[in-house]
Amino acid sequence: MEKRWLSLFVENDIGVLSKISGLFSGKAYNLESLTVGMTEDETVSRMTIRLISDDETFEQIKKQLNRCIEVIKVIDFTNSPIHMKELLFVKVRKCSKGDLDELFRIAEVFGVSIIDYDKESVLMECVQTESKNNALITLLSSDFQSIEVVRGGSVAIESISITER
Amino acid sequence: MQQIRGTSLLVKALQEEGVDTIFGYPGGLVTDIFDELYHHDDIKVVLPRHEQALVHEADGYARSTGKVGVCLVTGGPGAANMVTGIATAYYDSVPLVCLSGQVASSLIGDDAFQEADIVGITRNICKHGVIVNDRKNLGRILKEAFYIARTGKPGPVLVDLPKNVMVELGSDEYPDKVNIRGYKPSTKVHIGQLKKAVDLLNTSQKPIFLIGGGVNIAGAQAELTKLVELTKIPVVTTMMGKGSIDTKHPYYLGNVGMHGSYAANMAVTECDLLFSIGTRFSDRVTSKISEFARNAKIVHIDIDSAAISKNIKVDIPIVADAKEAITAMLNYVNEHETAEWLQQLFTWQATHPLTMQSNNGLTAKKVIDHINETCQDAIVVTDVGQHQMWTIQFLELNRNMQLLTSGGMGTMGYGFPAALGAKLGNEHKTVICISGDGGMQMNIQELATAVAEELPVIICLFNNSSLGMVRQVQTLFFEKNYSSICTRRRKSCPRKCSGTSDQCPPYSPDFVALAKAYGAEGIRVTTEGEIGAAFDQALKNTDGPTIIEFIIDKDDLVLPMVQGGKPLYEMILEY
Repeated sequence: MEKRWLSLFVENDIGVLSKISGLFSGKAYNLESLTVGMTEDETVSRMTIRLISDDETFEQIKKQLNRCIEVIKVIDFTNSPIHMKELLFVKVRKCSKGDLDELFRIAEVFGVSIIDYDKESVLMECVQTESKNNALITLLSSDFQSIEVVRGGSVAIESISITER
Repeated sequence: MQQIRGTSLLVKALQEEGVDTIFGYPGGLVTDIFDELYHHDDIKVVLPRHEQALVHEADGYARSTGKVGVCLVTGGPGAANMVTGIATAYYDSVPLVCLSGQVASSLIGDDAFQEADIVGITRNICKHGVIVNDRKNLGRILKEAFYIARTGKPGPVLVDLPKNVMVELGSDEYPDKVNIRGYKPSTKVHIGQLKKAVDLLNTSQKPIFLIGGGVNIAGAQAELTKLVELTKIPVVTTMMGKGSIDTKHPYYLGNVGMHGSYAANMAVTECDLLFSIGTRFSDRVTSKISEFARNAKIVHIDIDSAAISKNIKVDIPIVADAKEAITAMLNYVNEHETAEWLQQLFTWQATHPLTMQSNNGLTAKKVIDHINETCQDAIVVTDVGQHQMWTIQFLELNRNMQLLTSGGMGTMGYGFPAALGAKLGNEHKTVICISGDGGMQMNIQELATAVAEELPVIICLFNNSSLGMVRQVQTLFFEKNYSSICTRRRKSCPRKCSGTSDQCPPYSPDFVALAKAYGAEGIRVTTEGEIGAAFDQALKNTDGPTIIEFIIDKDDLVLPMVQGGKPLYEMILEY
């Protein structure tokens, strides 16, 4: 079982998201995250999908997606050069003065923006790869009392010359 | 450009698509469409008595004619009742266009009367489903629906029609071309890949063709027969592939799978090359996957790339239409030296023929034998259960005989309505429905449709007072704990019953009396000697349907049988 990435071009129509997510649930495929948004062509949306599967199931998933009338193109991003980022918000509450200082230091070192705060809370915004976001959450949850996490799921695009994932 | 209502454009679409018969059940959300149809004599509207049966009728019509079957129902319950029919068609790749009425666009989401999200409900059992949200898209969507239904791997397409869209004025244009960027079905065969497969065929010692329903759907029966005769390679079929080659052909070994013949199951087990065309390797075909064709290289030709390497890992995958692939193969294949292998297969066939163990009384096999002897040009439609398996085992098929059955879904209640659809599409053919006392009751109301449409369909109803296939499983694997299978059971019966007593309550309903109540004919047959006369009488009734109820023994089993999860070669041959 391995982590895989797919990028889908789909019709920007009613029910397409439901069709794709229904395919995963109906066939018991393991969907980890799915993001969708309109492209430069308003009739087309792109989905970035993270899933976990073995090789055979992954082949089957790609074929099943290709079979959907609403799917225009399926691209396997698992091993191709791409840029991939995820938006992450973390709200840290119940902070002491020392905690606040530490959070500002963490933000500086990890390239995280602090977009809002008061005397005992900090709101961080982080646009990083999914694994960096995971690491940040691990760090914050071990060092601070109360954190609230909202994640957007990754979006990805093919690289021009360098890869970042 | 003339401005016409949505209903008029719908009728125009039906005319342009060459539809002369539709299956429709009216209701509040489709009254405008039915009013439009009222004014068009060129489209026959059949009124079934239930929307599930309606879809099966369109399905039987489509399977037997090769045309797209068209359904028209109202929203809410009408649409929801179609679900089983649509799923049945989907799993057997039957081209249907299912039109459902919907509440006006402005009411969608309000839980309006008879509002149901039928596109959502059927999303996973349709080839495609779409709601027409704008009158200007109606023509394109209808055109695409017919195109998607009939091309590639055929299947049902659902089009949901909001009431306001159907009465709105708009363009009268029905497009003549389709361009769907996400759907470009290809039927062409990759010749390089095909040559590799043929090379494998040429070097094999014990090859076998495994033929599925795809060959029948593609209409490649003649090409397959030519291929078999040219190569002298034996053939086995799946249930859906039966009839793709004359069942009396010397190289035909029967069906594989759970109730396949001994020779066919052994052939698949022992072959060194399994050349499969148009099958999706269902679990009923393969049984235990790791032992399936355990010594063989596997070639798989299918129009659906997702069917390839889904259940069975194959050595050479070929995505193509069966007819195009077989036709191309004919250019490359040679006669094969298979004498020794054939000898082995024929020995298996001779030592383990398909038989039916039974007492001397009336059996399903004797009835099917009678059909074999007297019908050369008929459509036989089965329901689901023991009678279905017996039919598939014993019915002889040639180019003029067609078999329709619910293979993928195994839908009880399919047979009778599908037979009516077949008759409506093939007025001059004899249509025989083979059903059981369980399945017949699941759509018995269609007797009214058959009487109304004056359809002389012969219904062979095998009555063993039980849900026989489940009973068989209980006999073989559940120590005869006959749980919920007795159709004679009444409240006064003991809770646990061995199922054989002279004091059993009378069967309900009395099918002969029931047939008469509907205005149909009913004949009860209890002995072998009455079979011929009953058929003669049924054939004389040309104005409507005849039920011949055959009272058979509930202990008759379908054998061989491979228990689920066991390898194909571990067949239960007798009990």
